Amino acid sequence: MGDETTALLEIRKLSKSFPGVRALEEVDFTVRRGEVHALMGENGAGKSTLIKVLTGVHGRDGGTVRLDGVEIHAHSPKEAEAAGISTVYQEVNLIPYLSVAENICLGRQPTRLGLIRWGAMAERARAALARVDLKIDVSQPLSSYSIAVQQLVAIARALDISAKLLILDEPTSSLDEKEVAELFKVIRKLRAAGMGVVIVTHFLEQVYSISDRITVLRDGKLVGEYETSKLPRMELVSKMIGRALAQMQKVEAEAKQAQVEEKRELLLELRQFGRPGWVAPLDMSIAKGEVVGLAGLLGSGRTETARLIFGVDHAKNGEMRLSEKRVLFKSPREAIREGFAFTPENRKVEGIIPHLSVRENIVLALQAKQGVTRTLSRKQQIDIAEEFIKLLGISTTGPEQPVVNLSGGNQQKVLLARWLVMQPRLLILDEPTRGIDVGAKAEIEKLIQSLRAKGMAILFISSELEEVVRGCQKVIVLRDRAKAGELAGDQITEEAIMQTIAGHPHGT
Amino acid sequence: MARERLQPSKNAWWFSLIWPVAALALLLLFNLLFTPGFFHIEFREGYLYGTLIDILNHGSKVILLSLGMALVIATAGVDLSVGAVMAIAGSVAAQLINRPNTPLGAVIAAALVVAVICGCWNGMLVTLFRIQPIVATLILMVAGRGIAQLITEGQIVTFTHPGLTFVGNGHFLALPFPIVLALGMLGITVLITRKTALGLFIESVGDNATASTFSGIDARKIKFFVYLFSGLCAGIAGLVAASNIRCADANHAGLFLELDAILAVVVGGTSLTGGRFYLAGAVVGALFIQTLTTTMYMRNVSADVAPVPKALAIIAVCLLQSPAFRRRLTSTFRGKPA
Repeated sequence: MGDETTALLEIRKLSKSFPGVRALEEVDFTVRRGEVHALMGENGAGKSTLIKVLTGVHGRDGGTVRLDGVEIHAHSPKEAEAAGISTVYQEVNLIPYLSVAENICLGRQPTRLGLIRWGAMAERARAALARVDLKIDVSQPLSSYSIAVQQLVAIARALDISAKLLILDEPTSSLDEKEVAELFKVIRKLRAAGMGVVIVTHFLEQVYSISDRITVLRDGKLVGEYETSKLPRMELVSKMIGRALAQMQKVEAEAKQAQVEEKRELLLELRQFGRPGWVAPLDMSIAKGEVVGLAGLLGSGRTETARLIFGVDHAKNGEMRLSEKRVLFKSPREAIREGFAFTPENRKVEGIIPHLSVRENIVLALQAKQGVTRTLSRKQQIDIAEEFIKLLGISTTGPEQPVVNLSGGNQQKVLLARWLVMQPRLLILDEPTRGIDVGAKAEIEKLIQSLRAKGMAILFISSELEEVVRGCQKVIVLRDRAKAGELAGDQITEEAIMQTIAGHPHGT
Repeated sequence: MARERLQPSKNAWWFSLIWPVAALALLLLFNLLFTPGFFHIEFREGYLYGTLIDILNHGSKVILLSLGMALVIATAGVDLSVGAVMAIAGSVAAQLINRPNTPLGAVIAAALVVAVICGCWNGMLVTLFRIQPIVATLILMVAGRGIAQLITEGQIVTFTHPGLTFVGNGHFLALPFPIVLALGMLGITVLITRKTALGLFIESVGDNATASTFSGIDARKIKFFVYLFSGLCAGIAGLVAASNIRCADANHAGLFLELDAILAVVVGGTSLTGGRFYLAGAVVGALFIQTLTTTMYMRNVSADVAPVPKALAIIAVCLLQSPAFRRRLTSTFRGKPA
């Protein structure tokens, strides 16, 4: 093998399309022997597609993958494993009720005459675990150990397969600080042994503490490959989000004119509000007629904060005050009663009732608030549905069409309609423009502004900084599930938000 | 063209009725041609008699069960305990009616309250302890017959009280009383689900429980209610079953009827994955199953082998209802040169 470089994995011009989306466009990606390589990018950048093509979950449309100089073309995760590529996913993909030893040797159990040699299997499992510095009883079921240990077991399994390349997909999202440190110790040991490690994570701190090099993807294209030590955080964030630094300095001043209005009446106030291991205690306030943005990378705690406010999850510390009155919500139902509304990020799972009609989806929250007995008549329901279909320009064959048949943007409008019917005091929008076309995006942004002008308080969560800068009077920036800063008025620029996300106080 | 015109009406409630009604019609047509006397109805001593009346009469128990079952299945659950709850309700009624000076109203009320408590037990296991419905209701399905045995002290308790006997054998407006009872319950169920928002909430919870909770629906309350209601329906069916034979048989009352009820609901067009439910469909489904049973009986198919043709007929109906199967069928025909 012509081994002039130290490249372990070489991906060249890899392309992959799904119906309607180019998930990967001629992406190059190189991992050297004995390095930890961070694969970075926002949601939809193509990270997971890249990994799935690499591990044989998806096929590819074009390009080559060479491991150790040999071209490979895995058609299934099993083939990829055999070639030397092992993946450890965020949610440990082992079998919880089998023993640790069985999990490590699954599919490759040592046998004699078709019978499993339990002794040899335990021995092999212990040897694999020793490489990740783990001494546990291998006969116990996997589920009896913590997630951190399970993660290490998954890595041990990868080692037992004699993997050359280890891919860790969000390995730290369910670990605490100490466990992360333990995991990193193991990763460094593997790196020292010459293994290539690819890590996908959204924790910036961790990228800088563990990785040697970084590859950034955006919208399915390669942005670049960088030495971690030579890439300032600020630049990394701007590369992920896709704004040139210089361009970011220019802020649309005219859009900010609505900023300096007269003092607004305070609606919601959070004081040291949070939940341990979920969102660190934070302060925040929203006034009537104000759009407050929640910015931060994916996983920074934006959705988590919204869920705490809406009563989906329960805050453990601090307090929430609504018009100076202390409130505590045990369920969304209670939050709705106080005039809160929430369109979740995951429309399909948490938003729409897919097989019910547009009409039923629109009147659902109102009817739920009214209770079983104060039933809206069929005519009232149709009137409400038709009013909002017209108001929001929902394109549907009529109020009786099942929502599942609508496009993403129209589903989002149906969800908005469901809440606007209620005339909420506080509207929480979690990624309201994700996955919908540009036209619908603009309409939704316009709608938000007109609601604000009517005095509604809006909490706006978006990954698109442009939208946040354009629409918000105040921005709370989150990083690693804690509040990293707050910007108001003229301070709100994409640059300032990115600096805060990256962990530098703005102005430096 | 015709296909396009059909599209918008696909959501109309009667659209789902097409297949079960077609199946029932086919079965009736078969009997019209091959089973003499099947459609003969007689007016004797002020009452209606005939095979069709018998079908309605005997089918009323499954109809009653399928009303509650339809709501449970709409929430993506299932209630396996209804047969056992029938036995419990029948046992309570038979034991109490034999005590001197117990008014009929109190006996019926007591039996129904016990049945509702059984439903609440199921509802509690499903909502509070989050046990999967099939497991949660399996507990009472198995234990319920034991409880009924305890109530009857291991005996088959017979009774002669004319009031209680009327429930299963009496006539009202020339029709056997169980038919009136089943129709009444159908009316009540339609009323509480379609004339209030309850039906919307049930379908919404069954289709997407998380999104329903996010919209302010108390999904647990809704689920609890459907099990309670299923218990009530089973209680009424239990009274009919005991009254029919004038005794409480803890071992055999309502045996396997939970399966007939589930079948009736599924044949009626309600999906086991939850969401939309069709009460009229469930009733047609129950009648289909009863007609099938009666047809077997009238054509002298031995009771031991009757389940086989019954199963075949049900498979045919289920296949006809499956959009995937229909698509495959049409594409096969289209594939062939005409």
